[in-house]
Amino acid sequence: MTRLARLSCAAALLFGLAAPALAQKQGGTLRVTHRDNPPSASIVEEATISTDMPFMSVFNNLVVFDPQSPVNRLDKIVPDLATSWTWSDDDRTLTFQLRDGVKWHDGKPFTSADVKCTWDMVTGKTSGKLRKNPRKTWWFNIKDIATDGDNKVIFHLHDPQPSIMAMFASGFAPVYPCHVPGNEMRTRPIGTGPFMFAELKQNESMRVVRNPNYWKPGKPYLDAIEYTIIPNRATAVLALVAGKFDMSFTAELTPELVKSVKEQAPLLQCVLQPTNTQGNLLVNRERPPFDNPQIRKAMMLAIDRKAFSEILSRGVYPVGGANMPPPEGFWGWSKDFMETVPGYGADVEKSREEGRKIMRALGYGPDNMLPLKVSTRNIQDYRDASVVLIDHLKTVYIQAELEPLDTSVWYARLLRKDYSVGMNVQGTGTDDPDVQFFENYLCGSERNYTSYCNADLEKKFHQQSQMKDIDARRKLVWEIDKQLQEDGARPVIYFGVAGTCWWPRVHGINIARNTIYNHWRFEDVWLDQ
Amino acid sequence: MLSYLLRRLGLMVLTLFGVSIAIFLLLRIVPGNIADILFDSAGMIDPAEKQKIVAELGLDQPLVVQYAQWVNGLLHGDLGYSYVSEKPVLDEVLPRIPITARLAALAIMFAVCTGVPIGVISAVRQNSGIDYGLRVFSLAALSLPSFWLGLLVLMAFVNWAGLLPIYDKAPQTWGMAILMYGVPAATVGLRSSALIMRLTRSSMLEVMRMDYIRTARSKGLSEPAVTFIHALRNALLPVITTIGIETAFLFGGLVVTETVFNIPGVARFLVEAIRWRDYPMVQNLVMFIATVVVIVNLIVDLTYAFVDPRIRLGS
Repeated sequence: MTRLARLSCAAALLFGLAAPALAQKQGGTLRVTHRDNPPSASIVEEATISTDMPFMSVFNNLVVFDPQSPVNRLDKIVPDLATSWTWSDDDRTLTFQLRDGVKWHDGKPFTSADVKCTWDMVTGKTSGKLRKNPRKTWWFNIKDIATDGDNKVIFHLHDPQPSIMAMFASGFAPVYPCHVPGNEMRTRPIGTGPFMFAELKQNESMRVVRNPNYWKPGKPYLDAIEYTIIPNRATAVLALVAGKFDMSFTAELTPELVKSVKEQAPLLQCVLQPTNTQGNLLVNRERPPFDNPQIRKAMMLAIDRKAFSEILSRGVYPVGGANMPPPEGFWGWSKDFMETVPGYGADVEKSREEGRKIMRALGYGPDNMLPLKVSTRNIQDYRDASVVLIDHLKTVYIQAELEPLDTSVWYARLLRKDYSVGMNVQGTGTDDPDVQFFENYLCGSERNYTSYCNADLEKKFHQQSQMKDIDARRKLVWEIDKQLQEDGARPVIYFGVAGTCWWPRVHGINIARNTIYNHWRFEDVWLDQ
Repeated sequence: MLSYLLRRLGLMVLTLFGVSIAIFLLLRIVPGNIADILFDSAGMIDPAEKQKIVAELGLDQPLVVQYAQWVNGLLHGDLGYSYVSEKPVLDEVLPRIPITARLAALAIMFAVCTGVPIGVISAVRQNSGIDYGLRVFSLAALSLPSFWLGLLVLMAFVNWAGLLPIYDKAPQTWGMAILMYGVPAATVGLRSSALIMRLTRSSMLEVMRMDYIRTARSKGLSEPAVTFIHALRNALLPVITTIGIETAFLFGGLVVTETVFNIPGVARFLVEAIRWRDYPMVQNLVMFIATVVVIVNLIVDLTYAFVDPRIRLGS
């Protein structure tokens, strides 16, 4: 992270800590810009911040990451709809004691049946309610869910998994009401959260209003939150600077834009945060000649990650493996460890020479370059990264051509393995190795776009998942991550950083430093006006 | 006249039938469908879940059946449900039509009210400083992309007036309405205004050289009477044709303007619906736009007879 980013984080942290010292004021409508039309209002069916940020305040989880803590990690999990939780001696049974007297927004009581119903749904045990279930892999370890009365729910796991708590605490794991049909949850969601859904106008706006019966007395402070969809980023920035909005959509501003916005409106509070979105290289290992591990290795050695960061963000984007790099990321490699991973060393020219040697041995050279197409989504972030990648591949005798694909065909092509090389940008919901490994690298996982499958490593995925000792787990996670990069499973090139800004009249915003998907309950936010 | 009108109406129905087939087929030729797009936000595709959505939306039925279902619904006033919002198409579209209609009407009004007088002035003062100035201005207005111009206008408002004329909620006062509709309408109408100005000018110059203008002057008519009664009325026919064509083209400009000024109208909504492959929404919106364009062109044709009594429609 650059000095600017660190300073912004520190300033935001100080600001966040300072805010509760002021007397909170009740009332007012928080006006927030929104980047695009959310695909639906159903958080469990989507994997996009476009749905998560505006609708997280409608729901509660069983547990949440402490909203006051800037880092989301296992030891910072606090009760939400569950008042407490206990593990059995063999760490295979997790029991949640549920809050009494909580009501859904339609007045029906919240019970343990709703919890069971939600997780039966997301684990795929019951079907019919969800159109999509993007995080089914998160819950692979849940064997069975039982209830004991209205206020107790018991999760039986196949194996011990301490970090399942991180998944329960994620913004993507709200509790759904059993009695509300799926299409209603996509269009008019009902939750137990501090705000109630009021309106969703396609391509126009969203509005949630204060839940007067919220189970936390006196909260929330705001009367309503309005999100106005402004797909044109230039218009959104101008509107924010002009004071038409109180806050920008999260992580919507590039580092350069944050700088520009601060120059235009110095009073705006801005935070640059890692988005846990990574740019990575997809190589179709089933399609010749990329079924040859040597070619994949040469491609990996051609990548100059620092150059990517410099070109795409003037050096703001950090470099790391599969897990978000420190200091914001909890599980990423240390700088010293990173140096030991092939392709991550400081001497890029040496790596490239090694890559050229491999390619020469395979019969390629300056006069016989390997032709290929770099497929990517026809979106600026994707295209920009692809262009840099194409330039780097030339250094190991690979002549690549850009193939921009419409969003509607991108995932369909990946699914059919109808590509040779792809440049991919993807986000991760929670900074936890279980999420990262099981979602993206497990044999047969839906988001394992390259079909990488390593049975030995998969055993290690499970091994780290069961570890309680954080330091020991981290050590194993680093080794697994190193192996993934060495195998060229999905070489990670850079991690995204983006900014969120708000005016000083908004208090109680606490941005999480290692995710953009949490801390959007807005129950502590208030307006000084 | 009546037989002409009936013939035109018949032609209109045929045109709309053609448009319905074209849009139906084109949408299905474009790669990807709503199921693919829905999974985009999930970052993956589950083939079984995708198949379920495809079946649920009836996309697995033969194209002829899908087309027949749509047209049958259309004729019975049932426009179907949006695949994305899962709400009736009519509920989604109806509130947006007045917004775009107001914007389009204002833009055309702006274009005509500025383009025609400026064109007349430019023609009457041919080769004068004013003429040169207005011609340069019109050329510049024709060359400016409305996206860029829109952003410039927004920036100017923020910097000089400290306010932003974007549509964030329905305007409550006349002042707000003028700001929220007037500024974008002028931005999108500027190009049409320049086109109308240039056309009016050249048409006027041609008419002004006609014998009957010389006759009118020699009769001792005042210059305004010659210009506006004798010359302008005769010069207006090509301008009216252009207004009809510009109305159709306006939708292209409105997409951009509605995006820059964040106006929740039909044009921006249509682009989003295409992106989502929201077939019921796109098909019905395109049919609506096509109907408007066809009707405007019919009105334009009928206007010829009103402006120039020598034209006898249908004869």
